[in-house]
Amino acid sequence: MTKSHKRLLFIAKRALYGIPVILGIVIVNFLLLQLMEGDAVDALAGEAASATPEYMAQLRERFGLDQPIYVQLFAYVRNVVMLDLGYSFRHDMPVLDLIMTRLGPTMLLMTTTLFIAIVMGIVLGLLAATGLNTWRDTIISILALVSYATPLFWVGLMLVLLFSVRLGWLPTSGMETIGAGYTGLERALDIARHMVMPVIALSLFYMAAFTRLMRASMLEQANMDYVTTARAKGLTERRIVWGHVLRNAVLPVVTMGGVQIANMLGGSVIIESVFGWPGLGLLAFEALFARDLNLLLGIFLLAACMVVVANLVIDIIYTFLDPRIELK
Amino acid sequence: MTPSASTGFWRRYSRNRSAMLGLVILLSALVMAASAPLIFPGSPFALAGQPRTPPGPEFMLGTDTLGRDVLAGIFHGARTSLMIGVLATLVSLSIGIVVGGVAGYYGGNIDNLLMRLTEFFQTIPNFLFAIVIVAIMTPSIQSIIIAIAIVTWPAVARLVRGEFMALRNREFVQACVVVGMSDLRILAFHILPNCIAPITVIGSLMVATAILVESGLAFLGLGDPNVMSWGYLIGAGRTVLRTAWWVATFPGIAILLTVLAINLVGEGLNDALNPRLRDR
Amino acid sequence: MSNPILDIRDLHIALPPHADRPFAVQGLDLSIERDEIVCVVGESGSGKSLTGRAVMRLLPGPHVRATKGVIQFGGEDLLQVSEARMRSIRGARIAMIFQEPMTALNPLMTIGEQIDELVRIHRREPASKRRERARDILDDVGLPDPAKMLDAYPHEMSGGQRQRAMIAMALILEPELIIADEPTTALDVTTQAQILRLLKELQAKHHTGVLYITHDFGVVADIADRVVVMHNGLQVESGVADEVLNRPQEAYTRKLIAAVPSLTPGQRQAYDENDTALETQDLRKTFHTGGGLFGIGGRQVDAVRDVSIRLYRGTTLGVVGESGSGKSTLARLIVRLLEADSGSIMLDGQDQRALGRAELRKFRKRVQMVFQDPFGSLNPRYRVGRLISEGMIIHGTSTSEARRRTAELLELVGLETSAAGRFPHEFSGGQRQRIGLARALALDPEILVADEPVSALDVSVQAQVLKLLDDVRDRFGLSMLFITHDLRVAAQICDHIAVMSKGEVVEYEPTSRLFADPRHSYTRELLGSVPGRDWVVPDLT
Repeated sequence: MTKSHKRLLFIAKRALYGIPVILGIVIVNFLLLQLMEGDAVDALAGEAASATPEYMAQLRERFGLDQPIYVQLFAYVRNVVMLDLGYSFRHDMPVLDLIMTRLGPTMLLMTTTLFIAIVMGIVLGLLAATGLNTWRDTIISILALVSYATPLFWVGLMLVLLFSVRLGWLPTSGMETIGAGYTGLERALDIARHMVMPVIALSLFYMAAFTRLMRASMLEQANMDYVTTARAKGLTERRIVWGHVLRNAVLPVVTMGGVQIANMLGGSVIIESVFGWPGLGLLAFEALFARDLNLLLGIFLLAACMVVVANLVIDIIYTFLDPRIELK
Repeated sequence: MTPSASTGFWRRYSRNRSAMLGLVILLSALVMAASAPLIFPGSPFALAGQPRTPPGPEFMLGTDTLGRDVLAGIFHGARTSLMIGVLATLVSLSIGIVVGGVAGYYGGNIDNLLMRLTEFFQTIPNFLFAIVIVAIMTPSIQSIIIAIAIVTWPAVARLVRGEFMALRNREFVQACVVVGMSDLRILAFHILPNCIAPITVIGSLMVATAILVESGLAFLGLGDPNVMSWGYLIGAGRTVLRTAWWVATFPGIAILLTVLAINLVGEGLNDALNPRLRDR
Repeated sequence: MSNPILDIRDLHIALPPHADRPFAVQGLDLSIERDEIVCVVGESGSGKSLTGRAVMRLLPGPHVRATKGVIQFGGEDLLQVSEARMRSIRGARIAMIFQEPMTALNPLMTIGEQIDELVRIHRREPASKRRERARDILDDVGLPDPAKMLDAYPHEMSGGQRQRAMIAMALILEPELIIADEPTTALDVTTQAQILRLLKELQAKHHTGVLYITHDFGVVADIADRVVVMHNGLQVESGVADEVLNRPQEAYTRKLIAAVPSLTPGQRQAYDENDTALETQDLRKTFHTGGGLFGIGGRQVDAVRDVSIRLYRGTTLGVVGESGSGKSTLARLIVRLLEADSGSIMLDGQDQRALGRAELRKFRKRVQMVFQDPFGSLNPRYRVGRLISEGMIIHGTSTSEARRRTAELLELVGLETSAAGRFPHEFSGGQRQRIGLARALALDPEILVADEPVSALDVSVQAQVLKLLDDVRDRFGLSMLFITHDLRVAAQICDHIAVMSKGEVVEYEPTSRLFADPRHSYTRELLGSVPGRDWVVPDLT
């Protein structure tokens, strides 16, 4: 079997691993629904404000809510598998359709942020580690330390205060200028202008995390025996860093990238609500306020699935970076 | 810890300037929390003066839209943040140590099962999960603590498992088995004391994380409505950012300094505790 | 001594301000001719490794540095040349081989890439020619299928293959000098023999000078032309190998050589062939590695396969084998740190595995263990007194009695009674092994299982601990199961030897018979691989 065949098999296997995880999340979701005070019928009755107990019992029967819990669970899982995430009464739309309209902006924000955070984190960590104990290292380390301690939403607000309120350079909210009718490049630039602050606010914390990890990882790798070997071969320090240390040091950063995607999705709820970015996070925030828990859980489920997919992507990247991964 | 070891620890810790700075800031936060009812008696939610008074002689950090004193809010908020941070960490450590300890010591299928569970919890976007839990359980101090503990224990479990697993295979633990000690005795007297250092370090860093999560929840309106908190203050100041910048700004600085201080203390503990681990 | 390629004069290497001594190396003189192997031999902390690093100018950090002396190489003083000049010498004219080939190679690069990198920075050659050259050198060092090996990653090779690849990398540019820092210490004895042979062969073929750093006089006897003995940074003795090995002049050298166990088995006391202390019957243990939940899809390794051995009362049974032979697993099965899958452990004619919990407690008292790692086998958090007495106390001895016994035991193993109040890290490696022995003896066992108890110790300390073990066994009428990879040690302390390979006992004989007439081919290979087997350790007493 060739290496690429092995890799395909490995990926297929990892993808299969994702299935029980997603199933588990569906079950957690179901349990959370059960934990909720009152059920969907109470919610409906609340909407209608005029429901007799008989009518409610009838409704419960129709929705299967009088069934034993495992039957309900089974029905719930079946619905989710059929991509039926329920109905948002507030928005008067199926949850899935609602989510799909908001997925794009979140993906745009997340991928940009993740890319910037990882790349900048690697670069800054590298700069700090190669200039160990110089002013360069000190400044980067302090900035990372401070950024690592700053709440995202506060950064967002302070950016708004500075760049929008005081300087008036950047728009405070939204994804694009409504009613401007921009197209093509003009529109892209407009969106980019709207993205600057949310991306900075969201990436700062993660950039700090990646910087700190990269710096530590570089320093750890610099003490490895193979670095001594490289020196004994007559390599310059620059070559040792770029050719040997960097590749090894990046591995833990990539691994953490997978973990941080999950955290970043949470962060996007805050950042999107601060900047009125019309994505899933804002939708979740709205759902929270409207007590539209069906919608909230739908978003939660989708977010978890996104993490599973993202981790799969990280696994695939990893197979290219580390030959020690057993491809079977 | 023996007296000589603890003085050695303090000597190493106090040599670390940034760790000392962290300790000083953290102690000030604790003093703020402790003295809040004395310096600012009465409810921090109560009207204190003219709404939106800028920082000045009357109110050092100004007042918010409802005329509440921001400084009083910060003092009372310190109580909430630190209490939730510490309690959530303790709950999370308890879950993590038990799960990680059992997985690491017994290994095999128990380990496999518990680690899959841990990984599963790590896959779930944690802040989102916390939001959902608090939203469903209705916001209160308890639900916030539970939510933070549920989303943070996997990190502890993984660390403890790794430590227990390594120690399990150390020869001094095998010597205990050969001598005929019970599992409980080995776990309590020979394994756990040897991972106090990493647990202390991760615990201190988790207090910082917990404070950040709590402030985020409160900012979104998921704080306990009966207690003042920094995140709530920032959330309240958000709408008046243009007219009363101070309302959102100062509580944020309080969070930043506290979390920074805890992180510095955590790193200081790590550096001061580690030499012991190396020469064992 | 006409025209040495390397000439070190009065080398001083300073240690950091708070180290236990000011100089790691003090006033070393050493020269190497073309086509000559010079061994620098010494115990840990002698400064031998730093000497090698100093020649390459690879001393660690700003505090450890050469402060005085000359390292003359090819008409230049290496301590004075520029960093750029030094880089052009490293790898091309002086090459280095390290102890641990797994960590000395970059795990993310293929062997071919790592060799190619070296050639690329020192020579201007087209890629195809470089690859050809690399393939040839891999062939020279005896790696199978060199073309394929070029594309192999370090983790895909065995330990011996990795060290061959390191040697290939060292040789490819035909350097005048090779510095080999304990290059076979991490390897099994049979692999070590092959690597030593290879190194000697290639050195002779290319007329290279070799600075070979080792702690093992057996290795010295196998390959050295000349020897420099170091102790605490000082040069104790130097000269032609034959002189130093067989007629050492200095007291320290004599002490070291006297401590090397002879390969000729010593006289052992008679024992009763009908009195069995412990016996195993068809003991078997399979490990499952990898795989997912419930081990599905994992691999199986038969660590111990149907092992039946007998330990006579009052004797020592040596279990000898290389890493992965299952000898340590066998020890752990017998003390029941691991549970065997099948087979029996007979004590007093009773299968101990069939008995219940209460009997296991009794069993624990009767069978005790001494461990390998002097640093890892004592809990760093407790004082020595507690470490020794805890076992007695949980088996019902009163605290005062346990304290009295502890003092007795400490004296017995050659330590002060005041040691009870100190922590393990305050002791040296040899002393810690004594503490470990005292702990094992505290329960007054009948059987002592010793798992490589001296392999982490320096040779002079090793001899003392071995003697103590043998004395103690004799005095208390203990029976001992002695696990070791070292046939020299086994020859001196064991009455019987069981040779293990791949989980099985391939030969089980009285020690003298095994050494005189090995039957199994693997035993013969092992015996043939012992470093310095042709050197008769001189009687210096």
